[in-house]
Amino acid sequence: MNIQDYKGVFVYAQQVDNVISGIALELIGKGKDLAKDLGTEVTAVLIGSDVKALADELAEYGADKVIVVDDPELKEYRTEPYTHALASVINEFKPEIVLVGATAIGRDLGPRVSARIHTGLTADCTQLEIGDFPINPIPGKEQLHNQLLMTRPAFGGNTIATIACPAFRPQMATVRPGVMQKAPKEAGKKAVVVEYNPGFTPDNKYVEILEVVKAVSDVADIMDAKILVSGGRGVGCAENFKILEDLAEVLGGTVSCSRAVVDAGWKSKDLQVGQTGKTVRPNVYFAIGISGAIQHVAGMEEADIIIAINKDETAPIFEVADYGIVGDLNKIVPALTESLKAEMAAK
Amino acid sequence: MKIVVCIKQVPDTKGGVKFNPDGTLDRAAMLTIMNPDDKAGLEAALRLKDQYGAEVTVVTMGLPKAEEVLREAMAMGADKGILVTDRVLGGADTWATSQTIAGAIRNLEYDLIITGRQAIDGDTAQVGPQISEHLGIPVISYAQNIKIEGDSVIVERQYDDRYHVLKAQMPCLITALAELNEPRYMTPGGIFDAYDAEITVWGRADLKDVDDSNLGLKGSPTQIAKASDKVRKGAGEKVALDPTEAVDYIVGKLKDKHVI
Repeated sequence: MNIQDYKGVFVYAQQVDNVISGIALELIGKGKDLAKDLGTEVTAVLIGSDVKALADELAEYGADKVIVVDDPELKEYRTEPYTHALASVINEFKPEIVLVGATAIGRDLGPRVSARIHTGLTADCTQLEIGDFPINPIPGKEQLHNQLLMTRPAFGGNTIATIACPAFRPQMATVRPGVMQKAPKEAGKKAVVVEYNPGFTPDNKYVEILEVVKAVSDVADIMDAKILVSGGRGVGCAENFKILEDLAEVLGGTVSCSRAVVDAGWKSKDLQVGQTGKTVRPNVYFAIGISGAIQHVAGMEEADIIIAINKDETAPIFEVADYGIVGDLNKIVPALTESLKAEMAAK
Repeated sequence: MKIVVCIKQVPDTKGGVKFNPDGTLDRAAMLTIMNPDDKAGLEAALRLKDQYGAEVTVVTMGLPKAEEVLREAMAMGADKGILVTDRVLGGADTWATSQTIAGAIRNLEYDLIITGRQAIDGDTAQVGPQISEHLGIPVISYAQNIKIEGDSVIVERQYDDRYHVLKAQMPCLITALAELNEPRYMTPGGIFDAYDAEITVWGRADLKDVDDSNLGLKGSPTQIAKASDKVRKGAGEKVALDPTEAVDYIVGKLKDKHVI
């Protein structure tokens, strides 16, 4: 492998049902920063069926170039044809960096692609930068420049590690959704669009989709919410989430929850915040009856303001809360809702 | 039917995370457990064994101590245990780990390989899909229901807002979620038998069709540049107030911060 042959920052532009996922735009935003540091361009790789029209949206959010792999085999996400598509693009165009969202799709696609092309993959990154490896010079060891330094939490968020991939290309990372910022939209901006089809021949690795069952859900995506009213085991029962929903409504927010609540069957998995749920960064995060296990905190600690209500004064959530109230949520939450209603009415 | 289940011994974070005086993680003071997603994968295999009849082989890679999780798995009902341990395999990243496990599995007959989605110490979710790639078989990750139909497996595969019902030809690899099932307990008879059961131990020389350049620290494309404890922003204010005061306090803060 001649590392010098690999140039440019590529991002996997995830789409589902021919709608660009938010993570794709976040990755383009971050990819632009990295590309600037390297003096190169950011290319979005768009894979699907009848997806070419989506290239303009990627351009408006900062993609300099869009490589489109368009084939009927790619209608719904399946591991093998998507792996073949992305691995073929990498082998053909030789990027130095490939970023993939750490979504349910990306965490399936990324490992398979990295194994096929023989390179390293760093999972669930929360920070990416260009720097030196080793970070500090070590006598007798060459210090490499312009390396991708990938930082990720491990051990349920207890430790953080910065990883490099010095001897293989591309340097690949999956990136946690909701952590990177998308660039401002530039309406009408265009990108160079390149169509590329490596050919798709079904083999034993192609699985058959018998059925697609979409969860009937009218709830807003908690990752987009500016205010989240999040409940934990301390809420007590599914019915009692009503008081959280009332509070969320008066503030124009959304209800989310901890893993304990999903395990108890009170709320669905798409509302779960934390290591095995979603990472959120709202303006305000209410943690109500949530003890604050490290796995939960890993998914919400980037919120601008954290307000915790818990009757247990030793609950770890108070260690990350900006404002912690030791008290009875059953009394405080309804009273808070009424008080806020009065405030809003007075405006 | 022959099923291979990959399991990992991990530190238990539920029993509380322990730190050394210098702030690093005190792994020695923490109990070890079978990784929860792997345990769900094992349970799924044992249910297939109950339903269709199968031979279940558990494979782990780790220090000699990792034999403990193999015995636990056998006490739950697994038939055979294989420990892959060798100093030259240490320091492996997910590429080298998946190469090692694939090298071990090439010695075995299998219709189905089940791994956990991810381990609670690394959280990468990479090793299962990478093993399947090295073995050239399909992968279905995030399984939430597994059925056998002839020479195929039918699996519900979970995504954010949907699931796909997928049909894959065996041999195939499935990654399991801890939410998949409630793992059974070890039986007293099973514990007794597992204590005496023979564990197969394999080293580097037993791995099939794997080059040295793909193993251990030297065979790992990713390298750690820096590791540190997470710096948290720290606690803010904590107040104990009666409900009326608490409401005034929160409303006051929301006003200060221009939320309302």
